[in-house]
Amino acid sequence: MTLLEVDGLTVEFPTRRGLLRALDQVSFSIGAGEVLGVVGESGAGKSLTGAAIIGLLEPPGRIAGGQIRLDGRRIDTPTREQLRPIRGRQIGAIFQDPLTTLNPLYSIGRQLVETIQTHLQLSDRDARARAVRWLEEVGIPAARQRIGAYPHEFSGGMRQRVVIALALCAEPRLLIADEPTTALDVSVQAQIIALLKRLTRDHGTAVMLVTHDMGVIAEAADRVAVMYAGRIAEIGPVRAVVQQPAHPYTQGLMDSIPSLQHRVGRLRQIDGAMPRLTAIPAGCAFSPRCPKVFHRCRVERPDLFDAGDTRAACWLYDA
Amino acid sequence: MNRMIARVWDSDFCFSFRRSPVALVSALLLLLVVAGAVFSPWLAPHDPSDLASLSVMDSFRPPAFIGGADSGWAWPLGTDDQGRDLLSAIMYGTRISLAVGALAIAFALAVGIATGLVAGYVGGVVDSLLMRIADIQLTFPAILIALLVDGVVRAALPRDVHDRAQVYVLVFAIGIARWPQFARTVRGSTLVERGREYVMAARVIGLPSWRIMLSHILPNVLGPVLVIATLNLGLAILDEATLSFLGVGLPPTQPSLGTLIRIGNDFLFSGEWWITVFPGATLAVLVLSINLLGDWLRDALNPRLR
Amino acid sequence: MPDTPVLQAIGVTRSFDVSKPWLQRTLTRKGRLLLRAVDDINFSIARGSTLSLVGESGCGKSTVARLAVGLYAPSAGQILFEGKALSAARAQPALRRRMNMIFQDPYASLNPRWRVRDIVAEPIRAFALLSSRSAIVERVGALLTQVGLSPADGEKFPHEFSGGQRQRISIARALSSEPAFLVCDEPTSALDVSVQAQILNLMRDLQMRLGLTYLFISHNLAVVRHMSDRLGVMYLGRIVELGPGEAVFRTPRHPYTRLLLEAIPDLAMTGKPRTPVGGEVPSPIDPPPGCSFHPRCPLANARCRIERPAHTLLADPQGEVLVACHAVEEGRHAA
Repeated sequence: MTLLEVDGLTVEFPTRRGLLRALDQVSFSIGAGEVLGVVGESGAGKSLTGAAIIGLLEPPGRIAGGQIRLDGRRIDTPTREQLRPIRGRQIGAIFQDPLTTLNPLYSIGRQLVETIQTHLQLSDRDARARAVRWLEEVGIPAARQRIGAYPHEFSGGMRQRVVIALALCAEPRLLIADEPTTALDVSVQAQIIALLKRLTRDHGTAVMLVTHDMGVIAEAADRVAVMYAGRIAEIGPVRAVVQQPAHPYTQGLMDSIPSLQHRVGRLRQIDGAMPRLTAIPAGCAFSPRCPKVFHRCRVERPDLFDAGDTRAACWLYDA
Repeated sequence: MNRMIARVWDSDFCFSFRRSPVALVSALLLLLVVAGAVFSPWLAPHDPSDLASLSVMDSFRPPAFIGGADSGWAWPLGTDDQGRDLLSAIMYGTRISLAVGALAIAFALAVGIATGLVAGYVGGVVDSLLMRIADIQLTFPAILIALLVDGVVRAALPRDVHDRAQVYVLVFAIGIARWPQFARTVRGSTLVERGREYVMAARVIGLPSWRIMLSHILPNVLGPVLVIATLNLGLAILDEATLSFLGVGLPPTQPSLGTLIRIGNDFLFSGEWWITVFPGATLAVLVLSINLLGDWLRDALNPRLR
Repeated sequence: MPDTPVLQAIGVTRSFDVSKPWLQRTLTRKGRLLLRAVDDINFSIARGSTLSLVGESGCGKSTVARLAVGLYAPSAGQILFEGKALSAARAQPALRRRMNMIFQDPYASLNPRWRVRDIVAEPIRAFALLSSRSAIVERVGALLTQVGLSPADGEKFPHEFSGGQRQRISIARALSSEPAFLVCDEPTSALDVSVQAQILNLMRDLQMRLGLTYLFISHNLAVVRHMSDRLGVMYLGRIVELGPGEAVFRTPRHPYTRLLLEAIPDLAMTGKPRTPVGGEVPSPIDPPPGCSFHPRCPLANARCRIERPAHTLLADPQGEVLVACHAVEEGRHAA
């Protein structure tokens, strides 16, 4: 069942030198209990997509077109006041730096209880018991004793666990996790990914997992959307995208990741760099760097076409 | 050349300037006052220091626009108790006030930047020592320090030498009272920049510390300190005015805005209000426009507010 | 001296004073607090080869990088550069220019107020390698071309370039003093993967062409595997395993090395079951006694909690491997 539907989402930033189109006709959907990974290089628009869904676009950025529907209800148009209950109750968010999410002045217990009570009608005692249960569930040892502790008393990994508890305690239906493991060490990162996967599966939460790390996606996601220059280049089941990517960009991206299994003489590289938003080429945005480019790519922008098990925005797959 | 002007005109900095009415108006006012002051020897209708041209007959004439039989356009803003043309006196006075303020800030900047750079870059005991000196300095109000220095100099030098040296005494007194703020700002930014990798890159190739400080760190810490300098220029001018008003500043033979206000103050309630109100208004316009420009500059240079 | 290692660290320790200011210390009656960032490490790097140091945050790898170029002085032990004490070598410009460094953050490693041509030319001017203006211009152009930029880029300022291009500028600057030895401190961790591949390829090309020796610091095991001849795994200031890269990757011996390799998300999606290892890196200010890894180690016993393991030399088809682990030494787990 589709929970989140993003349809033709376009986000623009008016600047004094004209309109910057940071997201251009982005469409995808996430089903209940599904993890959609969103990957891309910095500036590809992956975090912006998350921000647009939560309603946290930094002004002057604005949604210039398209629709975002949660459970069939549009959430892109309502004013802030109308959106607040939806956002808090139905959509949770986790960001890269746990310190920006946690208020350093309040104990984690107080923050959890407050969040729980904003969304659920519970007495102080029940809310507190629930908070302890959440802390136990995210793997904080001695949760009952530590509920009065402040954010700075936790290590980085433990803090991110608290953030996860905070994001999930209102039992949202959709969780947007923006680089949740990037600031963590590898050994801790594995723990957090496992935790996120388990909790969202148990609670049937849909997850949009934004990251630049293909390994994290391969580990955690069911489906992947690969973004390039504000557009979706390829979207499909994770195994297909990682192992038989269809879009030349995804292919290049996969090839450029050094392997842990064996050593090669030279890495395959994509020459050049992603265009800046001020200078996105006509046609396919990847065409100047594409090894398989032909005339049409430079003129006309491709839609997503069926390409094996995935869908790719590439003229090679125009049936 | 034309292309360079076009580029500067088109830069974000100029764009922000053109977009800010406050900045535009204050710049205009400031330009007016400064131009009047700088070019006073050519623009002013009279030379207030030329004693020969003064006549007691002309004293206490009201400003031309409120007219009266004994007034005339020869003294647009009226005259003071000595018969001096007030407009000319204000223009010359502003010139002195500006010069004292600017020199004092330049002096404070030089001391502050040098101290801040060394304290921030060298660190350790040197840093603690320099910053404690700055801390102690900060516990005295600028005016108090100026009074102290002025008192010492007054006692040490004979009267006529003292009168001639008074401008420099003021510059020194106001400057020395204001350097800690610059030193602290520069030290703070230096600490940040010193940890940056470009500074490390310079250290790896073994550049001497003074060269790293001057060519790498200094250009990157100047922005914030120049903003503070602008705001402090207004304050330094006020310091000078206050000192002159209190009678320890510039002598009446060489009147600054503060001296003019003091002289006029004696006549404020006897009807000759203009003698003190016009220099006061000039001072207000000058300081206000400098401060507003400084505020704008601070915002324009702050990338987080873009 | 063809066999003299380019860089040699002998029992190098570096401590930092992290105690509170004197007044606060006196008032709270607390003593000085020392953080031992690097603790008695030994390694050597042969000419033309790459030694990588890998580890999680707080393991001291960046401190080693700074020790290696003389930005820090060791608290104990000795570092030799081409057989000479590092401090003595750095006192001579002719030797000092033979070492340089590439940094992690391409946005902080270039002075934003300088033009690229001046940034790249800085080492040339500092060491007076070329005197005439035109020779410098020519050399800067050649260096920029060498790293895949154009000589015309020298006129621009750093902010006009992307992260990957800035890292190329950084490399051009590092090369301009004609070094033999480069310390690379996480040179690609701030870059996107496709750009990372470009930079890694460039660095390997340059190593081959110019015979450079690298000390390569990274937290990314896949990158390290790609780049290194020899590999040291660091944990809380110590090197727990050191050996030829292939040996360490094929047969990791130290439990921590195994944990690291285990924890990395699996791109091949073999679906192999994982045993997630709990715990996090303890604070280096107050490291556990004995083997500092014992609180997280599945093989720890009483001895590990008390006695610090020395390095054991093990044979491997790829060469010798040094491991600091009681369990390995006692044969408590199949190596």
